[in-house]
Formats: sequence, C-alpha cells, structure tokens
Amino acid sequence: MKKLINNPLKVADELVEGLVEAYNGECRHVGTRSIVKNDIPDGKVALLVGGGSGHEPIYHGLVGRNLADGAACGDIFAAPPPNIVFEATEAVNRGKGVLYLYGNYAGDVLNFDLGAELASDEDIEVRTILIWDDVCSAPPTEKKNRRGIAGLVPIVKIAGAASQSAASLDELEALAKKAVLQTRSVGVSMSPGSIPATGKPTFDIDEDKIGLGMGIHGEPGVGEIPMATADDLSVQMLDLIFADFEKDEEVAALAPGDEILLFVNSLGATTMMELLIALRKAKAVLVERGIRVHDVIVGPLVTCQEMAGISFSITRLDEELKKYWEMPCQSVCFSKMEGRYGG
Amino acid sequence: MGKASLTISEVRDMMLAAADKIIESEPILTDADRALGDGDHGVGMERGMTAVKEALAGKDFPSAGKVFVAVGTAMMSSMGGASGAIFGTLFRSGGKAVGEGDAFTAKELAALLREGTDQVMARGGAKPGDKTMVDALVPAADKAAEVATLPLDEALAAVAEAAAAGRDASEGMIATMGRAKTLGENSLGKPDAGAVSVSIIVAAMRDYAAA
Repeated sequence: MKKLINNPLKVADELVEGLVEAYNGECRHVGTRSIVKNDIPDGKVALLVGGGSGHEPIYHGLVGRNLADGAACGDIFAAPPPNIVFEATEAVNRGKGVLYLYGNYAGDVLNFDLGAELASDEDIEVRTILIWDDVCSAPPTEKKNRRGIAGLVPIVKIAGAASQSAASLDELEALAKKAVLQTRSVGVSMSPGSIPATGKPTFDIDEDKIGLGMGIHGEPGVGEIPMATADDLSVQMLDLIFADFEKDEEVAALAPGDEILLFVNSLGATTMMELLIALRKAKAVLVERGIRVHDVIVGPLVTCQEMAGISFSITRLDEELKKYWEMPCQSVCFSKMEGRYGG
Repeated sequence: MGKASLTISEVRDMMLAAADKIIESEPILTDADRALGDGDHGVGMERGMTAVKEALAGKDFPSAGKVFVAVGTAMMSSMGGASGAIFGTLFRSGGKAVGEGDAFTAKELAALLREGTDQVMARGGAKPGDKTMVDALVPAADKAAEVATLPLDEALAAVAEAAAAGRDASEGMIATMGRAKTLGENSLGKPDAGAVSVSIIVAAMRDYAAA
C-alpha cells in the first residue's frame, strides 16, 4: 500500500499537528498528544472524547464549537496512554467535572480508567459513558461487550450541544447515556485497511465476500456473506438494526411515526457514489416502514485507512435529543447549521 | 557460566537485552496479532521497548525493583492500547514487589512475577484460559514460586520453559477478551500475541542470566 507519510512511527503525532493547523486557532495542541478547544468557559461541564488515531476525521476532529472540548489521541488504532488522557482532562476541566465519552474497547477502557485515577488524585471529578452502538458485536443483553463504531458521531454531536448548557456532570451523563441507548449501528467491510507502520492489511477477506457486522478494525461480526448489490445489503443492514431495537428490552421497537437520524458512513475507500446509492435504498425502506427521517449524515467520518466498507447508524430522537441535534456545530469532522438540513 | 544473582546494573542490562529481543521480534508479534486482533501488537511492543531503552540505557538505579518500575512506566506512557496499560501494570506493580534490595535473585523473580501477574489480572479482568498474556504469566509465576530457592539462572530456565508452555497452551484456547473475543472458535490453533511477548521477554531474561 502506498502511503503519503514520513516516519511510520510518527504518523499519529504528525497528523495531530496537521489537525491543529486545520483548526486554525479554534483548538490547540496540549501535552504529548491532546487537542483542546481554546475558549472553554469557566464553570462549563467538560466533554472529553478520544481513542486511537487512524480513524480520522474522528475522534479528534470532533472537538469544536458545540461539540467536544478536547480529545486524547492514541497512536494508530491504539488507545491513548493514561498520561495523555490525564493531560487532556486537566486542560478541559473548568471546575464542574469532565465526562469521558468514547468507544467501548478494552484498551480505551483500561487507559481512560487509569487517566481518571490520575485526575481524581488532582480532585477532578470524572464520569464515563461508553459508546456501544455496534449491534453485531454482542446481543443487546450484553452491551458491555459491544464495540463503539460510527454511532459516535451523532452521540458526540448531541452530547457536545448538551454540554454547553448542562447544569451538572450528572445532567450531561444522563443525556449522553440516553443518546447511546437510542443509537444502533451495523457495519460491513469489503476489503481491509492497513497499518501505516507495517503496511500490512488488518485482516484478509475473499474478493467475492463481505464481512457483515465487521468492526472498524476488521473485527468479525455476524459472518461472511457473498458480495451483494447495494440495495440487498442496505436492506440486510437495516433489518439487523430493526431487529436489535425490537430484541432489546431497554428500548421500544422502532415504530411508525418514530423520528430518527440516519448516518451513512464510509470506512474509507468506499466512495460517496456508493454511499448515496445505499442511502437512497435505506431512505426508501425507512419511509416504507413509516419511520420519519429527521436528518441525514453522509460521508467518510469514521474510517479505517483504505478499508472499503459502509455502516448505517440510526439514532432515535425524542424532543430533548432533537433539540440538541438541531443546535449548530462546527469542527473539522462535522459541521451543521441550526435546525435540520433542508428544513 | 550462569549467574546465581544479578546486581542492579545487570538487571538493567538484562531488561535492555529483553527490549532488543522484542524489537527484533516485531514481525513475529505483528503476524500473531494479525491472526487474532488488529495487527498492531508488534508495533506497539516495538514502540514500548524503544521507550524502555531510552529510559534505561546508561542510567543508574537505586534498586533492582526501580529498574522494573522504570520499564513499566516507559511502556505504559509510550504504547497506549490495552497492551500499554497491561504491560505497564505488570512491570510497575511487579517492580514495587521486588523491593529496595540491590540483589536480584530467584526470590525477587518470584515476587516480581506473582505481584505483577495478580495486578494484571485485577486490572484487565482476564483469568487463566481466556487466551491472553495471563496464560503465559500464571504458569511462569507459579513456576517461579516453586524454584525461588534455586540460583537465578536455573530458576529463569525453568520459568522460561513454563512461559513457553503457557504460550503454546493458549493455541488451544478460545478467546473471550479483547478484540479477538468476537472470533470465538475461530481463534483456536493460534497463540495469543501477548502470551508470545511474555515468553520472548522471559526467554531473553533467561539467556542473559545463562551467559
């Protein structure tokens, strides 16, 4: 794989340096490898995101106006070490505590927990909400074993908006928990990404096969299925999401009249052309089932280098989640105007 | 002629040799992790051990235990990922248990492995049989307790054998932790990459003590 890089072991550091330049004064580089917003008001409940690099533009691209206050950035596909989590925590803290909001992976949980221990030594209050939206990684009764994938984009967007006016860490924690509970994703992969430092693909898959439910690092999901058309695959993916809402006793089944956000994500190599073809079918299926698509996100936002693949995420909105979705936001990863697109 | 015990500077040199061995083994570790995880374990260990070399080379330490604590701190703060937190915990906790003495014998080796392994299990939640580095660590720590009165070189030979056997046994286990857990029975037949790393480190310690 041809990669436009310099020292393979400095990829994460150099991309974060570039990201700071892209932020053009909105955010700054802190400590070893953290990105922090410049104008966090005193007394604000802080929102910290983070995780391994290599999935750009998330997570560190989601720091910004009405979004996260900072991001702790790990190396490529590796959780940030505790000292980076702590440096970011200290930099975003404004005295009202810090909510950690990140994808559920063993390495991230270990390191963010160690970072929270360091923060607690400095009397900074930390709470954690894990994102576990990947319905193919474990049954709904075992959410603690589920991975966090593309659903993080609407979740962080909504939590970031709520954090602007949250009266307490409790309040923001409850809101983020609700956004996670109402968000479900299914991903598929057609070909692997590679690790910049080794140039090796992260997994192998036959030319005529698709990994259904595959994670954003190539972790297996439901299994391999024959290569399908965009329409067939879109139906299968949505069926898995509908089935999960139905099976999960913590939420109601998706029902006619429900309002949702639909996020169609590319894992990297899959083109906007393919995303739009899938989006067309997904929207038709949802309309047929009486689901109201309040707004749509489409693009390569949660990626794995040149991995070819696509994911659908659905977030069911209530009045509170909708209010925070409709706030404007701006960052390198995701920006929107007030209200809903076309609205 | 083997060494019955090590001085503080010999402990440092032993861990520098282990760091070199891991860096050299990056392709093996990458392949082991590609089969079961996301393929980044080799690069992560290489990064961690490069930081270990920077932290150790040419430095004097007040005790043998502090050498291991420095190894753990360098790994934890440079690697990230589950491996960084876990290997960091192994050496930091184990190093504290080695104590402030200036000789490293089979008794200190046993303390290092027992406390390090216990804390790794407490932190990561893995138990024997989950197909993780714990499957190399627990047999190594158990063996170290058995041979704690032998000369260090003989003890390390026995411990390295136990770690290698643990690594091999992990081939027959089904992963239940980390990113490999979603593979289920497809994880059979391959060793855990973390267990491979543990066995390489212990083997390098054995080779240093044997020379």
